[in-house]
Amino acid sequence: MAAWLQDVEDLTLKGQINVPYTWSVGEVGSRFLVALRDEEKILGNRCPSCNTVYVPPRKNCGSCFKDIDDNQWAELGPEGVVTAFTIVRYDYPLQPAKAPFAYAIIKLDGADVGFVHLIRQGLEKLRNGVRVKALFKEERTGHILDIDSFVLLEA
Amino acid sequence: MEKIAIVGVAQTKYERRKKGEIFYDMVYEVTTKAMEDAGYTLDDIDNVITVSNDFWDGRTISCMAVQEVAGAHDKNVSTVEGDGAFGAFYGAMRVLGGFKTTLVVTHSKGSEGDSKVITNAMFDPVYHRALGLDAISSSALQAQAYMEKYGITEEQCAMVSVKNHGNAKNNPCAQLPMNITVEDVMRSRKIADPLKLLDCSPVSDGAAAIIIADKDSAKKARNTPVWIKGIAHCSDAYFLGDRDLADPRALKDAAARAYAMAGITRPRDEIDVVELYDAFSYMEPLWLEGMGFCNQGDGGRMIEKGISVKGGSLPVNPSGGVLSAHPVLTAGLARIIESTLQLRGEADERQVPGARTALAHGINGPCGQSHCVWILGRE
Repeated sequence: MAAWLQDVEDLTLKGQINVPYTWSVGEVGSRFLVALRDEEKILGNRCPSCNTVYVPPRKNCGSCFKDIDDNQWAELGPEGVVTAFTIVRYDYPLQPAKAPFAYAIIKLDGADVGFVHLIRQGLEKLRNGVRVKALFKEERTGHILDIDSFVLLEA
Repeated sequence: MEKIAIVGVAQTKYERRKKGEIFYDMVYEVTTKAMEDAGYTLDDIDNVITVSNDFWDGRTISCMAVQEVAGAHDKNVSTVEGDGAFGAFYGAMRVLGGFKTTLVVTHSKGSEGDSKVITNAMFDPVYHRALGLDAISSSALQAQAYMEKYGITEEQCAMVSVKNHGNAKNNPCAQLPMNITVEDVMRSRKIADPLKLLDCSPVSDGAAAIIIADKDSAKKARNTPVWIKGIAHCSDAYFLGDRDLADPRALKDAAARAYAMAGITRPRDEIDVVELYDAFSYMEPLWLEGMGFCNQGDGGRMIEKGISVKGGSLPVNPSGGVLSAHPVLTAGLARIIESTLQLRGEADERQVPGARTALAHGINGPCGQSHCVWILGRE
């Protein structure tokens, strides 16, 4: 090893990449988010081929590789059943809640796939199979967090 | 499939922070060592695949920055953005497609970025990213779904951590060799239930490289070639809610196709050693089920019976696995390298005696959305 290597001071450089994006939500996604915003409704849609009811709704079914045409919309929930959850014990700036809070996969009434969202309260009672209901925010902007979270329903 | 082989391998030591080395240095180190291992010079390498990710590197078109040190100067070079097992898959395809030798080199420095912010960005920006999901919390959902469905216990998962960190003591490249007990894992800090600190892989820096050669070029290599008998990959749905997280369908499909290609009909009897992608402890039993080494739901019992320990009838991750070093992108290639060393009989303290057939495995995407399965053999 060269002698200088033993004495060299390893420097670091701090940096950050901040790139603003304006993502298109898409026509199907826009209808879904507008329904959250204006009607407090959770919309899904049904693949005409395999009958899977998707939420969020899709323009086409990835498994059948078929278009989902326009008259296949369905209003889902606002209640559903928890099929998986985790209680998160750490914080970092991109989380919309302070730990402890939970992520859950929720099978909304009328849907065939899971919907991932937050549960803030009643974590000690959280189990697979418990029923939950969407709690909408007062101020809604056409965003997935127009649903503040899901709340546990009393058994 | 035509006979193609792995003829050279190299990996850096995996560390929490390689402060003195930049990507460039790490890629140069493993590229030169892989050539040395094969007994090749740069003239023997006719094309190069680099594996990198722009978010982890913090620069766009991150592959361009490592071209010269990958030995790609004036050569055909291409890139995979994903796990190294998939990069190597592309490398193998290139040899099958007519190139004589492909060098595949991966690098990542988990220490330089922010793993939560970076893995949050793998999710859909409209529906999932705003929820704050990251690799840990999404994997915790999978762990809970799997463990709840089949009654897999936290203790059974803890046994994976105990085994793999213990195995890491035999691997000079591993980052976290540790003597720990099931109780230590159970009492470690809760991260996202059911995952505790010692169920999770660490943040790591590291690079790795392999050289894949056709039959004629393999004859010129210094080392015993390790033959690629079967390779396959398969992907599941992107949205977590669309998948049954307790059922690794994509892995079942990839394993079945890799076995068929390799002529394997009884994987449990015909495979001597497994190196799989255990980013979290629960993944080892779940992936073992997907690979068909036991029935669905029996992965926990398989761990409990000690089948997968070093000296068991199917040693799994004798290197210490991803739990003992998790350089993202490099980790899947490290599984291939460890399998290669096993089949050469050069795995030193971690050698599985008489290993003739190995399975190496990599994953991409949240909760193992896609899986890549390699069957390697001595003959």
